[in-house]
Amino acid sequence: MTAQAERELETETETMTVREAVRQALREELERDEDVYVMGEDVGLFGGVLEVTSGLYDEFGGERVRDTPISEAGFMGAATGAAATGTRPVVELMFSDFAGVSMEQIMNQMAKMRYMFGGKAEMPVTVRTTEGGGMGAASQHSGTIHTWIAHFPGLMAVAPGTAASAKGLTKAAIRSDDPVFVFENKMIYEQEGAVPTDEDFTIPLGEAAIEREGDDVTVVATQRLVGESLQTAESLAEAGVEAEVIDARSLYPLDTETIVESVRKTGRLIVADESPLSYGTHAEIVARVQEEAFFSLDAPIQRVGTPDTHMPFSTPLEQEVLPDGDDVREAIERVT
Amino acid sequence: MGGFDIETEEGRQEALRRMLTIRAFDSEAGDRFADGEIPGFVHLYIGEEAVGVGTCASLEDDDYIASTHRGHGHCIAKGLDPKYMMAELYGRAEGYCNGKGGSMHIADVDAGMLGANGIVGAGPPMATGAALSIDYQDRDQVAVGFLGDGAVAQGQVHEAMNLAATWDLPAIFVIENNHYGEGTPVEKQHNVDNLSDTAQAYDIPGLTVDGMDITAVAEAVGEARARARAGDGPTLIEAETYRYRGHYEGDEEPYRDEDELERWKARDPIDSFKERLIDRGELTVGEFDELESEIEAEIDAAVDYARDAEPPAPHEAYDDMFAETPPEIERFATAARTDGGERIEDSRSTSDRSRSEGGERR
Ligand SMILES: Cc1ncc(C[n+]2csc(CCOP(=O)(O)OP(=O)(O)O)c2C)c(N)n1
Ligand SMILES: [Mg+2]
Repeated sequence: MTAQAERELETETETMTVREAVRQALREELERDEDVYVMGEDVGLFGGVLEVTSGLYDEFGGERVRDTPISEAGFMGAATGAAATGTRPVVELMFSDFAGVSMEQIMNQMAKMRYMFGGKAEMPVTVRTTEGGGMGAASQHSGTIHTWIAHFPGLMAVAPGTAASAKGLTKAAIRSDDPVFVFENKMIYEQEGAVPTDEDFTIPLGEAAIEREGDDVTVVATQRLVGESLQTAESLAEAGVEAEVIDARSLYPLDTETIVESVRKTGRLIVADESPLSYGTHAEIVARVQEEAFFSLDAPIQRVGTPDTHMPFSTPLEQEVLPDGDDVREAIERVT
Repeated sequence: MGGFDIETEEGRQEALRRMLTIRAFDSEAGDRFADGEIPGFVHLYIGEEAVGVGTCASLEDDDYIASTHRGHGHCIAKGLDPKYMMAELYGRAEGYCNGKGGSMHIADVDAGMLGANGIVGAGPPMATGAALSIDYQDRDQVAVGFLGDGAVAQGQVHEAMNLAATWDLPAIFVIENNHYGEGTPVEKQHNVDNLSDTAQAYDIPGLTVDGMDITAVAEAVGEARARARAGDGPTLIEAETYRYRGHYEGDEEPYRDEDELERWKARDPIDSFKERLIDRGELTVGEFDELESEIEAEIDAAVDYARDAEPPAPHEAYDDMFAETPPEIERFATAARTDGGERIEDSRSTSDRSRSEGGERR
């Protein structure tokens, strides 16, 4: 479905930032379900280092908006144990790089319990975390790691590119009985968009959205690159190239159908995602498209991502490796 | 002793100089960050100078330290040059890490400084590793792992202490208890009264010292070093201190009040050491003022140097990933170089990356 059509189904919308949209999702779910609670480092009194949970501590108190010690392994495991025993924790992992500290509980417990126990454990846990370069935060605070999670069996991963998808996906994640990671790109927290205000608005996991229709080339983008690809598409339209821009939204499950249908129409594909290029998210999308739409392709598929480096500190270096709308434009120009 | 020994008059002068240098460097770094000249995050060490300098006073020059995100003070205490530190904060090619690291990752491995660290609690395992090398090759050195009070909640810190204790490695763990981890007070993060009590779990000495008193810190570290060199294993030292600035620059500090800050400032580590030196007849007020302005001039010169230094060229982003750069990365480096990658302001607008082979471009 196009994002436009989806929003038209919702009668009322409000303009807000991605940050406000996530916060609204958390607030609504905390109100809706007593078993839901938020925990993480400085999410309470301090309001979260990127201010997403700001104000929730005053509204819901320290039991439901819980500050943890700096113990990612401990609280990720605690969230796993809690989810298996009847509550619905929503963990904030301050920077996705810190998944390194908590990876054991994610990989061997959270992802595997339901399966290993023959379906006898529920795992309704949500992990929100931030990704991406662009603020000079250097190599240990700028990673884009969603491929690890999307790759690992037993975990779901979403990565919103608009305020509406940030809200709808966060709510869907919290309501899901499976472990879902929500990857928030920190450079789009201030990006605004129309967001449905209906308290039951959710975006089903596994549904992409066509943000802009076009016949000449398909751009499947995620996170910050959705907005940048839309801008690029507008500038290319003046030159007569109409790009269809799809916000993948959900990485696992991935909406293969929407993407494949679009490529059947356009015959060209660009995949734009900030994760490192090798063995990644891009490769998965490309593989699925060639499996199902190989004979519709009129040109080689192009990938736009971070070369296989970490995020350097110095601004000119960071700008060099960070993929952006210009890189999407160049990729489109190579194949149209 | 190596560079400076605070049992000697000369060493005390040097200790004072280093504490003042840290304070001047960090005030300047805070101001330049506020001006927008320094990107990213900066975590300042002001108020905690006695811990880093007291520790390094009891080390030899070739001993190792593994630092934290609040690392500028450790660098200066270990003898790093403020000029190249400032250049790193500015992201310059001449900085300690060629601009790749910034404030949170300043390192000079040759000088025994194993890096500031963006991961809370990651320093102690690194110190244990350095101590392992030392022990393995029978070298006459020790390794210090610094950590904050908040970091004591990290599993890897405890694994590192247990390993060092079990193998009797020459490591010293120094907790800088500044009473907060970001905005969360230490009581809300830990159940023990003294963080040094955790040493009991590893059957190693654990002691809490006044971290506003450089001599108390130096003495504790000196004993720990002797113990480590005697083959008796690691020591855990908790130094009670306080940071005067926010957790990072820009922190609005909703979690603490002005009174608390003033109470700690009344015990300022530099003021009290200065008074002591004056009382001993080793320093006059005039000499102190002179030293202070000399250091301020040094830091101003460091800022000038950093401002004037060249930013790295875009293609340098592809250096240093491996000892030998693989083709996956080399092709980007080549493209950036052929873009005429001489140090340019905005690599994005000038790039017209080759459209040649392959379907991949960023
Ligand atoms: C593994 C990890 N978790 C969380 C953070 C974010 N963080 C940076 S500093 C900090 C507080 C550290 O507190 P403490 O150890 O007491 O050091 P202080 O800042 O007080 O010097 C936190 C939570 C991080 N950098 N790494
Ligand atoms: Mg602290």
